[in-house]
Amino acid sequence: MRASMGGQRLFTVINWLVHLVSLLPFASLLSAALRNTLGPDPADTLAIETGLWTLRFLLLSLAISPLRDITGWAKLTPYRRTFGLYGLFYACIHFLTYIAFLLQFRWTEISGDILERPYITVGFIAYLILVVLGGTSTKAMMRRLGRRWKQLHKLVYAANILALIHLIWILRTDLTDAVIYGSILLPLLVYRIYRHFAGKKSKAGPLSMR
Amino acid sequence: MLIKSAQDIPSSEITPESVYHERRRFMTGALGVAAGALASAVAPGRADAAAGDGLRARAPAGMERSAPAAWWEGKFESIKPVEVGGSFYTDEPLTPYRDVISYNNFYEFGTEKGDPVANSGAFKADPWSVAIEGEVDKPGVYTLEDILKPHTLEERIYRLRCVERWSMVIPWIGFPLADLIKRFQPTSKAKYVEFLTLLDPESMPGQRSRFTTISWPYREGLRMDEAMHPLTLLAVGVYGDYMPPQNGAPIRLIVPWKYGFKSIKSIVKIRFTETEPATSWNMLAANEYGFYANVNPEVHHPRWRQDMETRLPQTLFSNSRIPTLPFNGYGDQVAGLYSGMDLSRYY
Repeated sequence: MRASMGGQRLFTVINWLVHLVSLLPFASLLSAALRNTLGPDPADTLAIETGLWTLRFLLLSLAISPLRDITGWAKLTPYRRTFGLYGLFYACIHFLTYIAFLLQFRWTEISGDILERPYITVGFIAYLILVVLGGTSTKAMMRRLGRRWKQLHKLVYAANILALIHLIWILRTDLTDAVIYGSILLPLLVYRIYRHFAGKKSKAGPLSMR
Repeated sequence: MLIKSAQDIPSSEITPESVYHERRRFMTGALGVAAGALASAVAPGRADAAAGDGLRARAPAGMERSAPAAWWEGKFESIKPVEVGGSFYTDEPLTPYRDVISYNNFYEFGTEKGDPVANSGAFKADPWSVAIEGEVDKPGVYTLEDILKPHTLEERIYRLRCVERWSMVIPWIGFPLADLIKRFQPTSKAKYVEFLTLLDPESMPGQRSRFTTISWPYREGLRMDEAMHPLTLLAVGVYGDYMPPQNGAPIRLIVPWKYGFKSIKSIVKIRFTETEPATSWNMLAANEYGFYANVNPEVHHPRWRQDMETRLPQTLFSNSRIPTLPFNGYGDQVAGLYSGMDLSRYY
């Protein structure tokens, strides 16, 4: 009894730490924006940084299941959702930076970009997927969608791949970033394929609570 | 780590001026004679050459500077100030010094804008030599001092338009490339000029990257008439000061009517050729970057439009977008070079 109380408390602490650390990039960017230390083209810097943080949180979210399967620590499962939602959080700032600061709400130009510039198109699709997944990430939506919920949320793999393509298309010469993030994403995807064919179902459901 | 460009700015607004002067005094003691030249080039408000004072006033006092080479002080005293209203002048507001030296595309030091200022610490611009090769009567390897000796340096205020849709207004110090070319007497076969940047992976971390798609060294080129045009400048200084490594020390090209990537930095070789030289960005993506790369609001880069540009600096809420002009606003001086050419084909 005492031990489990202690474990409970430890998890509360870890929970708080996760949120604190996840919000750190946001706080740092906000403070730099307010102090105007983002450089001569702050909107551009903001777009780059929030884009990278989106990708990092999406990868972190994808890494949770394999980590849980390896360690057997079922309590990790809810962090898939936590980190996924933080990915959506940074994607929202990224998208807002693009329409508000970079393109100053020039809607014809924005729609032109989305339709005609492939790297914007894939980024936008990835963003739409994240919005849908975020919107259906509640327990109530899980219940309502039933079996289709799981199928729907497989789209997170597509979002990750599209986000990586979005990044590769922006890079002009040095592919180091693409190689780094790609070499994290690839094993995470291969793991899913392996698990699918091995028929090895994970024990915990996608949203099972601790 | 999060906000690289901001943290890596080595400058001034962070360093109190008193601390800065203290450091300078320390360096003067440590370096002795050499530092005398250094301190006088840096100390604001020293009362000597009138032109020099005007130039010094351009850059804010109290900013950390790279130590200039010994030749700089002698040359500095005789810099010809820019003629206000002349063809090498614009009255548009200058982009602040701090932004000019901390927001750079110089992939030899990394691909992010803050990388060149952060990663160029090991770069040595002195001693320096430039090889003159190819279809020329006086080929050879010349020290930078020899290259500069007969030329009077002058200041020019040019617009710089990057292919990435941002632009700056920068006061350069240099001399016309044409004057240098005449000295080395190209042969009648010389139809083009090729330029090469230093290849030195040890001091240029971008050249060490395993996943770079550029085959180093960086190379650029001009047609002979472009190279001989009076606007085309070999620059050795900026903002009344010695050229910092991140801006292409010690000697770089400035071709103000072309996209910035044509203005090759840290030049070690100038070769005269009969055929059009290969250029780095064209080798990398010929559909995106042509040999000519004239600023042209009507020919769009496949990934972005070119009819507008952002004049830096801007803040999050200020809209500093302005229309891009043909030949970056230098059309009346250079359009004649391209008469009869289809510029949407020769982009």
